Amino acid sequence: MTSLPEYTEKTLGLVIDLDTCVGCHACVTACKGWNTENYGAPLADTDAYGAEPVGSFLNRVHSYEVQPETGPAQLFHFPKSCLHCSDAPCVTVCPTGASYKRVEDGIVLVNESDCIGCGLCAWACPYGARELDQAEGVMKKCTLCLDRIYNENLPEEDRQPACVRTCPAGARHFGDLGDETSAVSQLVAERGGFDLMPEQGTKPVNKYLPPRPKDEQIDILAPLLAPIAEEPAGFLGWLDRTLEKL
Amino acid sequence: MHPAPSIIFFTVFSGLGFGMLTFLGLGKPDVSGFTAFVFFAIAFALAVAGLAASAFHLGNPQRALKAFTQWRSSWLSREACLSVAALSVMAFYAIGVVRFDNRIPALGLIGAGLSLLTVFTTSMIYAQLKTVPRWNQWSTPALFLLYALTGGAFLTGQTSILNWLFPALTLMQIFAWVQGDKLFADSGTTLETATGLGHIGKVRLFEAPHTSGNYLTKEMVHVVGRKHVPILRVIGLLSLSVLPWAGLTLLPFNHVLALVTVLLHIIGAVTIRWLFFAQAEHTVGLYYGKR
Repeated sequence: MTSLPEYTEKTLGLVIDLDTCVGCHACVTACKGWNTENYGAPLADTDAYGAEPVGSFLNRVHSYEVQPETGPAQLFHFPKSCLHCSDAPCVTVCPTGASYKRVEDGIVLVNESDCIGCGLCAWACPYGARELDQAEGVMKKCTLCLDRIYNENLPEEDRQPACVRTCPAGARHFGDLGDETSAVSQLVAERGGFDLMPEQGTKPVNKYLPPRPKDEQIDILAPLLAPIAEEPAGFLGWLDRTLEKL
Repeated sequence: MHPAPSIIFFTVFSGLGFGMLTFLGLGKPDVSGFTAFVFFAIAFALAVAGLAASAFHLGNPQRALKAFTQWRSSWLSREACLSVAALSVMAFYAIGVVRFDNRIPALGLIGAGLSLLTVFTTSMIYAQLKTVPRWNQWSTPALFLLYALTGGAFLTGQTSILNWLFPALTLMQIFAWVQGDKLFADSGTTLETATGLGHIGKVRLFEAPHTSGNYLTKEMVHVVGRKHVPILRVIGLLSLSVLPWAGLTLLPFNHVLALVTVLLHIIGAVTIRWLFFAQAEHTVGLYYGKR
């Protein structure tokens, strides 16, 4: 049934640190690599070596420039994948029951053998977390690497989503956000983790950590190097005054 | 949103078909024998062709039967179930009228109700989406119902009720446009809330995640053709209601006039339905610096 569960035993999700993400796209590549070879249909590319390459990805990194009222613009890299929402609109719109939220851990998943590829769940997602695979005609989305996190054939340190395991900056964290004592919950509390598009009412599980404030004064020597003359003097002063008069 | 021809065809023609079935179920026009057969055949052909068109955009249409299972939560599933129910009830009713000259009013009434409910569920597939603020308004179901009723009344020759439906449809369409033009701004979703970086300043896409497009930008960030919106709205309304209504009211009635005005009405409906999709902006466009 595509009704949402009343509660989930665990609330697994990601915490993404916008302060430390360096925008290397390693998580994008690791995700594509793992999820092409494992759970469900491979993430197909079409026209991969042609003029218009297009492919399915479960995780993408955007970069945004933010212009404060004063001072220089700041640049942030912004990884985005499924947020495994508590009130996931992509689940309830599904006509076949292929899209569902797991009671045991809260992962939002697609049962590909039931998916008719109508695309309505992708329309219902405000974040663009779902992409219809052009080769298989089924909806693809982040599985939170459920075939890694529960995989006892992997060494313990590898039992995390591929994106988290590969991140060289430690900008991605995985854990149970329903458990207040978990490391990820404490990180969110400490750093003021926030939801994307809270006004959409989706109650995302994944949280984003805000960038730490930039230092006001980057160059500590600058105040000591006050300009010698505020007003131009000599020939330049004469030129300035003459041009003003024209 | 991408204005896929299959979806435009589906919504326009299934609406016309179920609109016709609504009037036929109410015994308007009160026909029997071969004339009734022609009316029912056109209505069923439109409704079924429309529904079949919707299957063309499925990635795996061979599993379409599974779409009848989730009626408790999904509007799309409800639409599938109701359309089959409406067509089945109306088929029995039609056999009675055409074959046995026996109109069962109660069955027709149920069929008419189910036909209108089907159109309502179609409209709710779009109206339920908070992600597309332009569609997420009460006038979306009202409009779809008025389109179906107007087209149905037109194709079954109910000229007296058309004098009410044409102005109602025109005014409701204008209202939906005026409202729709403001709804994205009213929804409060901006690139600032989408990234959570608004407390620092104004956010702008610096670099997209990839150089070419993707499924999301193709499906939900359709910006082509939007510049012609004002002229297309005028052409659409003229063709949809103003000219057909004027033609039916002012000119002496004959079958050529009826055919021309019906075709104009359908061209208008298709044009405006194209706009319904092409103009609709999805929140995901914000992440890509487009709307």
